[in-house]
Amino acid sequence: MRIGVVTFPGSLDDRDAARAVRLAGGEAVALWHGDADLKKVDAVILPGGFSYGDYLRCGAISRFAPVMSEVVAAANGGLPVLGICNGFQILCESHLLPGALTRNENLHFICRDQKLRIEDTNSSWTSSYTSGQEIIVPLKNGEGCFVADEKTLDQLEGEGRVIARYLDVNPNGSLRDIAGIRNSRGNVVGLMPHPEHAVEQLTGPTTDGLGFFTSILTSMVNS
Amino acid sequence: MSIDTVSQAEQTPDRSQPFAELGLKADEYERIREILERRPTSSELAMYSVMWSEHCSYKSSKVHLKQFGDKAPKTDKLLVGIGENAGVVDIGQGWAVTFKVESHNHPSYVEPYQGAATGIGGIVRDIIAMGARPLAIMDPLRFGPADAADTLRVLPGIVSGIGGYGNCLGLPNIGGEIIFDESYAGNPLVNALCIGAMRHNEIHLASAKGVGNLVVLYGARTGGDGIGGVSVLASETFDADSPAKRPSVQVGDPFMEKLLIEATLEVLHGGLVEGIQDLGGAGISCATSELASNGDGGMHVWLDRVLLRDATLTPEEILMSESQERMCAVVAPGNIDAFMKIIQKWDVEAVVIGEVTNSGRLTVDWHGERIVDVPPRTVAHEGPIYERPYARPDWQDALQADVPTPERLARPVNASQMRMTLLKMLASPNLASKSWVTDQFDRYVLGNTVLAQPEDAGMVRIDEESGLGVAISTDCNGRFTKLDPYTGTQLALAESYRNVCASGAEPLAVTNCLNFGSPEDPDVMWQFAEATRGLADGCLQLGIPVTGGNVSFYNQTGTTAILPTPVVGVLGVIQNVELRTPIAWKNDGELIFVLGDTRDEFAGSEWANHMHQHLGGLPPKVDLERERSLGEVLVTGSREGILSAAHDVSDGGIVQVIVEMALNSGIGAIITIPEGMDRFTFLFSESAGRAVVAVSPNEVQRFFALCAAKELPVTQIGIVDSTAGFASQTQVVKIADMFTLTFAELYEAHTKTLPALFA
Repeated sequence: MRIGVVTFPGSLDDRDAARAVRLAGGEAVALWHGDADLKKVDAVILPGGFSYGDYLRCGAISRFAPVMSEVVAAANGGLPVLGICNGFQILCESHLLPGALTRNENLHFICRDQKLRIEDTNSSWTSSYTSGQEIIVPLKNGEGCFVADEKTLDQLEGEGRVIARYLDVNPNGSLRDIAGIRNSRGNVVGLMPHPEHAVEQLTGPTTDGLGFFTSILTSMVNS
Repeated sequence: MSIDTVSQAEQTPDRSQPFAELGLKADEYERIREILERRPTSSELAMYSVMWSEHCSYKSSKVHLKQFGDKAPKTDKLLVGIGENAGVVDIGQGWAVTFKVESHNHPSYVEPYQGAATGIGGIVRDIIAMGARPLAIMDPLRFGPADAADTLRVLPGIVSGIGGYGNCLGLPNIGGEIIFDESYAGNPLVNALCIGAMRHNEIHLASAKGVGNLVVLYGARTGGDGIGGVSVLASETFDADSPAKRPSVQVGDPFMEKLLIEATLEVLHGGLVEGIQDLGGAGISCATSELASNGDGGMHVWLDRVLLRDATLTPEEILMSESQERMCAVVAPGNIDAFMKIIQKWDVEAVVIGEVTNSGRLTVDWHGERIVDVPPRTVAHEGPIYERPYARPDWQDALQADVPTPERLARPVNASQMRMTLLKMLASPNLASKSWVTDQFDRYVLGNTVLAQPEDAGMVRIDEESGLGVAISTDCNGRFTKLDPYTGTQLALAESYRNVCASGAEPLAVTNCLNFGSPEDPDVMWQFAEATRGLADGCLQLGIPVTGGNVSFYNQTGTTAILPTPVVGVLGVIQNVELRTPIAWKNDGELIFVLGDTRDEFAGSEWANHMHQHLGGLPPKVDLERERSLGEVLVTGSREGILSAAHDVSDGGIVQVIVEMALNSGIGAIITIPEGMDRFTFLFSESAGRAVVAVSPNEVQRFFALCAAKELPVTQIGIVDSTAGFASQTQVVKIADMFTLTFAELYEAHTKTLPALFA
């Protein structure tokens, strides 16, 4: 199973996403922002970081990268895509997911071990979890406050498209404690916390994040 | 406008020049004239003035820093020593590690956010210039009183600057220090440390060799920021058409720095670079003169080729500009196309600005006119050296005589006083949890962080296959160094060494950042002389060499110097990071021991400082042989799986350590006071050479045997016990028959202080 990890200028957690793919049993394939080529991968991860230094607006420049036109087309055709943190921001800027991520409520960058509840297991990236499962993964962002209009929020909730919510503490002021969402089809997922940093007991708070990466491998085998 | 050329300088020998405004002394200016056998051009004057500054030339400190080489212990671990951008240490398995700490104190006072941000940027470029991939950063910080108005101005800015730059750059921040003291009120300290790793064959040096090789400047464009004093020159020489004055503090762009890291490592790994140098203080002047001086001795530069942000900059300003995120590489003509292709792939700009020559001179042209023609060594390496006068301050005796005896400083005597003292100390700005600050830094990025703040040392994995890793800690108690700079500096070394050992790593090498007041004050110079002597002697005794460092003088408000603050960083290696020792104990029933001797030592302690605002007496006794034995027990205990947890005892004493171990594990404990020991001394003394460890009952026999083999005193002081607070249904720390504290009380005291002040 070949999972592409895109590197934009300023991507930071690309090596970590690739490591998580390997630990889950997949093959990580490096994709370059400037190449409109997905190298025949079976799924794509847009990793965390500060692509283009977050200049203008997080993800606003990256969405115009040559690789993104391929990602958007393929995602609309059903290719599984996971956007983590900055990747989530790029997915929103690309209109593959609704809403936007704005400055954290307290205006500080925050790095903490965050408790989440997995709310939806019908996406390509969350099928390994059980609905309602509580997990702890690192959260680290300055602009992670998920916002959308009331109608969109109602629709996301009504259609079961909120894949994870913050528990105990809402670290950034996200509306309705939303930590991650998916598109209607379930192949595109955006998540603000970092599951790729909870894949080894040695370096993460838990190994709870591994489920996102085993989910995609399992769902591809089953499909 | 007219340009001051070499031929003009020859024709107008008597033109008066603003050397004093540029910080040069009359005799220094005379020496430049002797070297050049004419007056310098304004560009040459600018170069000499900045390269001969205290910051670049170490003119006041050099005679003392020499000891680090003269007294260096024999070691085969040092691959590159003092003098390069950063020292390089062999850690085995074909891996080498480079690390260095630098100060950015004064810019951070003027402009906290950018000062701190560019401090990170500068130290990271030092590391990539050695050919290493940066792995992690750390920040030793000092501020004025936590509740002072100016601390409220500088601290949030400095913290945001470190986070804003480091987080965007993608380097985990794995530790550091935050200490508050009155003496830093008008002069906060912002030191930045970076550590990087490379394979042995990837080490690169700053030298320009091979006549005909090209000198490439790449990265950000050169602008008018950070020019500082040199603007005097521009205003002296030209009145009209000179660029608008820019702030003297540089502005950082971490995104460009990230691209610079990736592009630089790719050209280095491609074998496309003969020599490399980062641009920091003194910009192009420093990079070109150092590269030439270290290489074949000659270089020619076409200065008008430099890509500019501001087209109106004068040549003097271009030579001096400290614009950030720039590097200089020496590339063979045959490799230049491949080099440029990689640089462009990363959307970075580059231009060939010069070439290596065999002229023995550094020559610089500006639109065809010669504006610099100097022997590069005289700029880079043969600056003035001063033997500044120093003398033991006349107040030192009185300070040392003011011993914190029970008569002088009232001590808590009964249980309720002890309890109150403990809670007050836990909540004091120096001992309170620093997570409000460290939670603004990314500690996870790169996926190799094994230990980070609040652990004793930061630890990162270097080799994912073998588990090889390194640990690093920085420490300094400036109150101890004020009481006795020689002993105080050795205590800083001992604490840093102990912290690294407590994590399970074996100490290998030392770096330092020596923050002091004015070298022109004999009192300060004595502190500096004593501190360097103490550090050099201490490193020799512990068998670990100093691989590099940094000196920051003139840290004072008015005529009042800061506490002498020689921050000492110790680097250690661990063969398998899986075996690290954390500070949190693991299981119920583990036995708690203290290693080492606890004495009645309160001079310079946090107790005397916080409860009595007192500083006097002699600092705790330092015994480096004891530190070494303790270190061996901690490292062996980790390697053989004997220790469940370990925590160095320093600021705040044993009780602070116990509380931190308990809170970090989530399990309470029952503490007993060793027979015959004074309760207050046991809880709060800051005697050196100690650590608290937790040992599973199954390992106790092996543990005792290990301590006996090293003749290390060991005393049981308690047991990990989750049931001690059964009645209250909560975890507690019970201190003998005196008092019990619930975790709720401890969290309240320990974690609320910083958010209340700064959030």
